Amino acid sequence: MPTDVAELVAAAKEGDRSAFDELVRQTYAETYTLAYRLTGNEEDARDVAQDAYLRAFRGLNRFRGDAQFSTWLYRITANCAATFMGKRARNRHEALDEDTPLEDERPEVDPERRAHSLDLRDQLGAAISELPPKLRAVVVLRDIYDLPHEDIAAELGISVAAAKVRLHRARHKLRSTLFPEIDEVEARAV
Amino acid sequence: MRCDQVAEKLPEASEGTFALGRRERRHVESCLRCQAELVQYRKILRAMRAMRTEVLEASPGLLADILANIEEAGERHAIRSLLTGRRVAYLGGLAAAGAAGAAGAIVIAARNRSKARIRLAS
Ligand SMILES: [Zn+2]
Repeated sequence: MPTDVAELVAAAKEGDRSAFDELVRQTYAETYTLAYRLTGNEEDARDVAQDAYLRAFRGLNRFRGDAQFSTWLYRITANCAATFMGKRARNRHEALDEDTPLEDERPEVDPERRAHSLDLRDQLGAAISELPPKLRAVVVLRDIYDLPHEDIAAELGISVAAAKVRLHRARHKLRSTLFPEIDEVEARAV
Repeated sequence: MRCDQVAEKLPEASEGTFALGRRERRHVESCLRCQAELVQYRKILRAMRAMRTEVLEASPGLLADILANIEEAGERHAIRSLLTGRRVAYLGGLAAAGAAGAAGAIVIAARNRSKARIRLAS
């Protein structure tokens, strides 16, 4: 059996089930990681990852070789996560709207912990998971996974302009969470 | 030009200063506060991009669950192919032709197929 992703995709398209299984083995940890970053918890990430592979399996014939398989899978995962989060929000009657005030009610990152953690990377992970889900999705897909605005908008079912606004707000929020000093100076000056 | 006018553009400018106009760029070049803020955005963006290569450890059993789901979907697909074998073969011929004129027909046929799939799945 081939081990190269492109060859595996070609074989899977021909109906070789073991080739598709091998694709899953090679990519599932990465897909799960993206799903976790989008949903913010393990259980939802599992559901999203499973759904994403089902859709990938059913839609494999629509995958064209000119894109990378991983990028295609990111897009499917993003779409599944958006659908999943949307459904859950409706079930809970929660407003996961982008109009959610940036200063939401959830507890801030423990300042003590922030002071003691010198690693930007660790703080960033926490700050991302604190973002409202709709802002989080856009910044994760753009700044970590490097998807174009157009693809992000398509998978999240929003306009490109809305995707850009969310990205702007997400980046702004991350910076003021991770580097609060400038904003504090600003606040004192007012 | 004031800092607050420029600050609005700084998140975009973290990807490259092309997001800034000439006057905004001139302001940033001479303003330590805006420079500091831009450096922070760039630090965050670099850390975000580095996260791309990080892979979390998936919860145990996930791989087996995914493969089992695919197995099940594969069975349903096989049954459907048996039931609609002739139509699938015809579509295959159309797809192979790849002519621009056939593209519309393929889209319509694909829609019909997904309807069939939903019926079988339920
Ligand atoms: Zn300034």
